[in-house]
Amino acid sequence: MSLPTLDFSLILPELVVLITALLVLIADLLWPRAASRGREQAPAVLALAGLILAGLLTLLAGEWSGATLQGMLVADALARYLNLVVLLAAALGLLLSWSYLPHFSTQRSEYYALYLLAVAGMLFLGKSIELITLFVSLEILSIALYVLTGFHRGQLAGGEAALKYFLLGAFSSGFLLYGAALFYAATGATRLADIAAQNAGGFYMLAGLALFLVGLGFKLAVAPFHMWAPDAYQGAPTPVTAFMSVGTKAAALVALFRVVQAAGSVPVGVWATALAFLSLLTMTLGNLAALRQSSLKRMLAYSSIAHAGYLLVGVVAGTAAGFDAVLFYLFAYAFMNIGAFAIASLLERPGFYAVQDAGIHAADGLFGRRPWLAVAMAMFMLSLAGIPPLAGFFGKLYLFAAAVESGWAWLAVAGVLNSVISAYYYLRVVVGMFMAEPSASAHLRLPLPASATLAVALTALGTLLFGLLATPWFQGISR
Amino acid sequence: MTSADYLPILILILIAAPFAGIAILLPSVLGPKNPNRMKQEAIESGMIPFADARRRFPVQYYMVAVLFIIFDIEVIFLFPWAVSLNQLKIFGLIEMGVFLGILLIGYLYVWKKGAFEWE
Amino acid sequence: MLNYSWLILLFPAAGAVINAFWGRRLGRRGVAVVANLAVLAALIMALIMAAGVRSLPAAAHGRYELTLWQWIGVGDLQVDLALLIDPLSVVMALVVTGVGFIIHLYAATYMKLDDEHHPLDARRYARFFVYLNFFILMMLTLVLANNFLQLYVGWEGVGLASYLLIGFWFHKPSAAEAGKKAFIVNRIGDFGLALAIMWLFFLFGKSAGSLGFHDLFAQLETLSAQNSPALVGITLLLLLAATGKSAQIPLFVWLPDAMEGPSPVSALIHAATMVTAGVYMIARTHPLYEMTPASMTAVAWIGGLTALLAASIALVQTDLKRILAYSTISQLGYMFLGVGVGAYAAGIFHLTTHAFYKALLFLAAGSVMHALHGELNIDRMGGLRAKLPRTYAQFLIGAAALAGLPLLAGFWSKDEILYITYQKNMPLYIIGLFTAFLTAFYSFRAVFRAFHGAPRDHHLHDHAAEQPAGMTRPLWVLAAGALFAGLIGIPAAVGGLFGVEHSHLLEAWLHPVFANVQTPHLPAWWELGLLGASSLIALAGLGLAYARYVRQAGWALRLQRLFSPVQPLLEHKYWIDEIYMAAIVTPLRRLARFFYTFGDQTVIEGAVNGLGRVTAGAGVAVARLQSGVVGLYALSLLLGAVGLLGFFLLFG
Repeated sequence: MSLPTLDFSLILPELVVLITALLVLIADLLWPRAASRGREQAPAVLALAGLILAGLLTLLAGEWSGATLQGMLVADALARYLNLVVLLAAALGLLLSWSYLPHFSTQRSEYYALYLLAVAGMLFLGKSIELITLFVSLEILSIALYVLTGFHRGQLAGGEAALKYFLLGAFSSGFLLYGAALFYAATGATRLADIAAQNAGGFYMLAGLALFLVGLGFKLAVAPFHMWAPDAYQGAPTPVTAFMSVGTKAAALVALFRVVQAAGSVPVGVWATALAFLSLLTMTLGNLAALRQSSLKRMLAYSSIAHAGYLLVGVVAGTAAGFDAVLFYLFAYAFMNIGAFAIASLLERPGFYAVQDAGIHAADGLFGRRPWLAVAMAMFMLSLAGIPPLAGFFGKLYLFAAAVESGWAWLAVAGVLNSVISAYYYLRVVVGMFMAEPSASAHLRLPLPASATLAVALTALGTLLFGLLATPWFQGISR
Repeated sequence: MTSADYLPILILILIAAPFAGIAILLPSVLGPKNPNRMKQEAIESGMIPFADARRRFPVQYYMVAVLFIIFDIEVIFLFPWAVSLNQLKIFGLIEMGVFLGILLIGYLYVWKKGAFEWE
Repeated sequence: MLNYSWLILLFPAAGAVINAFWGRRLGRRGVAVVANLAVLAALIMALIMAAGVRSLPAAAHGRYELTLWQWIGVGDLQVDLALLIDPLSVVMALVVTGVGFIIHLYAATYMKLDDEHHPLDARRYARFFVYLNFFILMMLTLVLANNFLQLYVGWEGVGLASYLLIGFWFHKPSAAEAGKKAFIVNRIGDFGLALAIMWLFFLFGKSAGSLGFHDLFAQLETLSAQNSPALVGITLLLLLAATGKSAQIPLFVWLPDAMEGPSPVSALIHAATMVTAGVYMIARTHPLYEMTPASMTAVAWIGGLTALLAASIALVQTDLKRILAYSTISQLGYMFLGVGVGAYAAGIFHLTTHAFYKALLFLAAGSVMHALHGELNIDRMGGLRAKLPRTYAQFLIGAAALAGLPLLAGFWSKDEILYITYQKNMPLYIIGLFTAFLTAFYSFRAVFRAFHGAPRDHHLHDHAAEQPAGMTRPLWVLAAGALFAGLIGIPAAVGGLFGVEHSHLLEAWLHPVFANVQTPHLPAWWELGLLGASSLIALAGLGLAYARYVRQAGWALRLQRLFSPVQPLLEHKYWIDEIYMAAIVTPLRRLARFFYTFGDQTVIEGAVNGLGRVTAGAGVAVARLQSGVVGLYALSLLLGAVGLLGFFLLFG
């Protein structure tokens, strides 16, 4: 028996994240009193350092190529890009947690350890090219997120959200696993490359792919598998929501892309049409529901669902241009969405027993109170609505252009119409910030912690720069 | 693999399921029935139940159960490893070392956090 | 020289940013200085650009394109952030910055008081100028765009600024309501623009490789058939967009309500500049319209009918600013008529002169309003001539120019439109001429009712006082424009009388842009005859107003009684608001409520209420085992999975 060759250098960023997670846990054990001695933020610093190191390793790794760990993981350009998106989202979410977490929990190290585990799960998911690895990565990220969703233990909504997320997540994992089993039944292989090589058709492949779409669709919050998302996004601590709404989507999309590629024997017309309808349903449902929300965070949750629909458009297109557009949009989305959640979190009044959610009018008059914050929020909203010259506009443009080019004009038109609908609720926030007077509860001074300010500044800068420099960046992705 | 390959399994199920059913059914039909009050009591390891089964009980039970399962599975992993260790050689040793190391950290963590203390 | 043109955008942008973030620290004086300097600098830049365009080599066809930024590159399509500097855009930039600057000057004093005549606090004062500078920025982006996408950005930007400024006194429910109305009505038009751009992109985007005006127009030759259905569709969608922004039938209803905004806003945005964007866009895209005579006719008829309709409504209004609002709609109708009959230069000419006299009228009305502490009802004025002599003179000049009294600005430009309409479309000429009569009548009705006769409200009258020099002085500049701006467009027939060749300076200036458009001409004596007819019509309107409101002549009163049956119709503005309400708004609202009750209440709230009807109706054991909500969620997941599976197996 020949021993497996394991090239760990290709999963170095993931290992760094995992080891950091363990270190964060150990550090808490070794210095349990550090928390009371002005070193409360040690776990956060450690976690951030780990994320940055992982990011640097990803950037400096040179050309990644080739499968590793016996063909279970692959380190390719796609994975590398995903690494950057997820690590960016994670770092931004972590900056938000920095000042947010102390409001409701003292268990920092657990929080950050789980957070890093979720990151590791996402990173591995992006590199998975084998069904079992894929499933395990998905579970790592999911289980960590279930716990994080309910991390605010004093709050009933959080617990409820976590429980719902967990139950439905387990349910959907079942579908995914069943899909994997059917793939195996059809081809006798678990490596995606082998499955693709078999080129098997028929019932098992079809059913397998359908069930896979259910499982991944759930993680993506695609309608009708999205029902958990508004509750979970609203109930979870806002930094977690910000992070998971971007990171999970990114990782699941990459997995979806890989699986769809592997199931090449299934006629394109079938899966693409199915995805097109799911995409249409998702964006329409998300946008219509967002129209009537009274909580800023829940509105953003529905907007996040709608964006899952937009992102699917690029997968439907099925072309390289389509998926490049998805990748571009993910980066843009990381900036604008986390930025929006960041400001939502600043407008909240978190307490140990309950978070007073930021209502839809919480941002009213923000321009008078914190003008820079209002400008940043306006940028996020306009970008999410897809208004030029911001990042979101170009993301949509590339997505819809790719869809038109591969003959999905109706889907592109539906997407545009949806953006028009969405403009209404995004602009409502903007108008409130600049025109309305602050609500009665807003007379207190709005605290602005340095870490959160940094996160807002970075996201705002990203939203702007990705709009202005969209073309060079997009060309960079295409290469 | 085609579906024909699964035929033996199907046949096995077709034979096994009736067999199990018959094994349950026959005694209840043929066996003598002599009920009395004592016999009809629900029974829990020989103890006479004194309250509703659906009541709250300390969360520590869960903790112990979950931890037990984790380390139980750890042991299960050790068996195939031990069997093939002479082929895996030093590589296998290191691999298992990493695996146990990670679990050890978890173990230390729950210990320090007081998950094993009943009160 | 022209390669520094981007500065014209930088200045107002800088002004807006500085005032947005340091406005409170600067104080009101500092804010006003910054905002005014920003627009002044832009004005100087526009003048420099005008000089630059003049000195372009002949081969350039008076066109200079300055690419600032390669903005979008998708496949073959490339859209740049680029300025198109040609005679047309320079004229627009001059109007926007020139009139804009005067209005900024006026506003610096005017906005010291809020709508209830309390001092306006510094923060909101700064905010006002942020919006105003932002508006200038966006308007310049619109007129200097070299491609449709950038035009669209500017189009949305000015819409946003307009919306923010209409609702500036947001604590007044009517102002908030008006802002909302403007926003919604304009969305309809903007939707047309977006669709038109997409359609153009589908049609030509591939072959042109960009959305630039001239790149697209160069592709028009590939469309062999005149009146191709696609082109008609595109031009009609563009027209829809223009009717929204420029307040034409059927989307004009928002403009009268927009007068809820502060007077400088009414003057700048809702009279002089933004509302003319539709006219500008049609002139800019005239190669498209030249290929679709049907759409041209539609533009002309919409313009003519709007002019008539709005003028007739203006006859009976009593609110000074509303009279001006309807007159703006009516004058914009003339501009549409002009571009609709192919008299693009005349349309732009009227746009320019109108900017002067209408801004003057609005600002003078603002002065009256301040003098009377917010009163705008002309039935409660009267005799203000003695109290407000300077304002009176300014308003009179504006009204005379609006009425088209001979030799004033409005006369020349309106007459040129009528002159070409006469040759192209007789029914519209008659409508236009009749509207000119109505215009003269209602203009002087406002003058006579407000400034002549005996005061009808002595309390108001006694407290009226002339406004500070900061407000009256800038208006003299506009008054000069209202008097003399027409001189840039003296028709050749008149110029010929004085031995001046090329007397129509504006036409010569715009020639490179509209070089491909043929304007028909009649013999000089005929043209002079038409000029005479217009003059008589205007004087007749003035005379009737004088007879009715100053002399109170019996025949004029009898004439009015003759028309009394139609008065309610006019007073209620043909019930158009009510019709829209009943035919469009109410059904939409019902639909929304239906979706709300069905979507939110039945499904979502029903689910939240636990084991409600929905769950029970579904009759799923799973739902009863778990909490109602999660069960429903899982059911949705399951049904989705079954659906997906079914789809795959059916079609796979």
